[in-house]
Amino acid sequence: MGAHGPAKGFTRWLTTTNHKDIGSMYLWFSFAMFLLGGSFAMVIRAELFQPGLQIVEPEFFNQMTTMHGLVMVFGAIMPAFVGLANWMIPMMIGAPDMALPRMNNWSFWILPPTFLMLASTLFMEGGGPNFGWTFYAPLSTTYAPPSVTFFIFAVHAMGISSIMGSINIIATVVNMRAPGMTYMKMPMFVWTWLITAFLLVAVMPVLAGAVTMMLMDIHFGTSFFNAAGGGDPVLFQHVFWFFGHPEVYIIILPAFGVVSEIIPTFSRKPLFGYASMVYATASIAFLSFIVWVHHMYTVGLPIAGELFFMYATMLIAVPTAAKVFNWITTMFKGSITLETPMLFAIAKVFLFTIGGFSGLMLAMAPADFQYHDSYFVVAHFHYTMVAGAIFALSAAVYYWLPKWTGRMYNETMGKTHFWISFIGFNLTFFPQHFVGLAGMPRRIPDYNLMFADFNMISSIGAFIYGSSQLLFLFNVVRTITHGKPVSDAKVWDGATTLEWTVPSPAPYHTFSTPPEVK
Amino acid sequence: MANTTQNNIIKTSGKLMVLVVAMFAFAMWVMPPLYDALCEVLGINGKTGGRYEVVESNIDTERTVKVQFVAQNNEQMPWEFGPNISQVVVHPGEATTVTFHAKNTQDKFMVSQSIPSIVPSRAAEYFHKTECFCFNQQPLEAGEKADMPLRFIVDRDLPKDVHVITLSYTIFDVTEMAAEQNSVAASQ
Repeated sequence: MGAHGPAKGFTRWLTTTNHKDIGSMYLWFSFAMFLLGGSFAMVIRAELFQPGLQIVEPEFFNQMTTMHGLVMVFGAIMPAFVGLANWMIPMMIGAPDMALPRMNNWSFWILPPTFLMLASTLFMEGGGPNFGWTFYAPLSTTYAPPSVTFFIFAVHAMGISSIMGSINIIATVVNMRAPGMTYMKMPMFVWTWLITAFLLVAVMPVLAGAVTMMLMDIHFGTSFFNAAGGGDPVLFQHVFWFFGHPEVYIIILPAFGVVSEIIPTFSRKPLFGYASMVYATASIAFLSFIVWVHHMYTVGLPIAGELFFMYATMLIAVPTAAKVFNWITTMFKGSITLETPMLFAIAKVFLFTIGGFSGLMLAMAPADFQYHDSYFVVAHFHYTMVAGAIFALSAAVYYWLPKWTGRMYNETMGKTHFWISFIGFNLTFFPQHFVGLAGMPRRIPDYNLMFADFNMISSIGAFIYGSSQLLFLFNVVRTITHGKPVSDAKVWDGATTLEWTVPSPAPYHTFSTPPEVK
Repeated sequence: MANTTQNNIIKTSGKLMVLVVAMFAFAMWVMPPLYDALCEVLGINGKTGGRYEVVESNIDTERTVKVQFVAQNNEQMPWEFGPNISQVVVHPGEATTVTFHAKNTQDKFMVSQSIPSIVPSRAAEYFHKTECFCFNQQPLEAGEKADMPLRFIVDRDLPKDVHVITLSYTIFDVTEMAAEQNSVAASQ
């Protein structure tokens, strides 16, 4: 069984059921989407470089903010983590492949046509989605462009893909662990993905429900969100954020898993407080279901509601802080070396914590009335999504690239990518805290003159951060074609998980016979 | 051995599929009615209830409550619409009738629907309507005018610190929606 290698030719990629092939396709696809969503961000920052309208029409600007959010969340970050899960989970738990390999192929191949369809709405009459990535009704129903129907089907399709991917991950982790690998011996990355997959299975159907109700309101005369027919637009916000809040943990939990692998490796110490990490992850997942209203403090809530959701939200800081302290304690007195993956991992912990603090500020209901829908919110969620998730993804790629390709990336280029990213990112988003507090609203193509300087700094930072990703792409391609071959199975001397026991590059089939875990 | 793993995988996936279907059903068929029910029970959306059946009750002449009326047109609704009297002072338990006027300013037949909302929202459950133009759609021919009645009773149990209730109506153009419903009704 382990004898035959991959099929030849292009059809290999269409018909493959191999978890490594599918993982690679997910990663390449998500990187392409990252560049697409990034180019939308460049349009936004170019328009905001100076006050006044220069480059694009306000209608097109709205489509850019909407498509940037949708493509980055659903096209870049989520598929990238699914790609990592495909590559790493079977190898980390000593399984030969994913539990449902054919479904795995399908869940990937749904994505490219879906995003092609979503992107094509930009060229349709009336333009693409322009109602923000949160697509609040009635903006996304009564006032939506005709292309909204394509948007709805795209959301359905990406939801189906995510659900299938998650079922696959849960079925793999629950049933295919190597003998002796109990749940509490699983690597942290596997744990965080197991919990993430449960979140996905629970809330992607709710998102499907929200867009289905939109579809009914638009085409079949129902009034779920239409006040004139007895519905309520606020209901949309409840349904959306019941999905949307767990969604932000779906994005961040696998990133927590990645840094929980990388920090121990480069500190040459086991992860501090493994059990508490598992329980903290599970508590964050549970709490994510009872805090969604903190996105809606200003819709007119009773005081009891504001208080409940404020306290519940602040409670999330407790397990999250436990994780941050555990990472710091893991590094404490470790023999730390600062290779590129470790740099990205430390930066992720540091910058995500800043995002966590601004999150606490936003969690305070009375204060939120000032911060709501301002650039402060934009700064907050980019600190958690870009520094929290994308930095972790960069770390993961550098960390596992030698295992995937059998070649070492260029360390100097990696570190250069890190420092340019780090400076560019902070230059972009740190000033946005201040313009937000000073009152600059989000999702606008023009702004008051008083915000001009900081917006120019933001735009320059964004161009720096954006172009540093091309260096990343170059480094990865260069590694695949010209990288120095690595001979050891264990590329990093501090690594302990099972994927470092198979040769580098990882053969097409691994663990056809399960390893014994002591 | 391999077969039991395969069976277990199918079992796990089956259970997860049930969860997926259940969550979709929850979003589509449980959340909307649950939202309406919670808003009504807790009286938190400023939404007023349906038609109120009058129960014999005494009028609390010791106390007065000011009821203010506000009217607004939803975005592109071109009708003239407003209360004929901007506020009344009533005693709790006393039935009062006021009227709103509407005029179709367009040269075509239109149908409207008015949607009420109350501030403070905790007064909503104590504001009873025995008759209201908002219970039905209001059709008007081109240029036609109408006075639309509202008969209400403020409950004697209204919290003591509420002295002013503001009742707001937003009028919506539902001509197309009404036409669709009629054609659906006709085809059945």
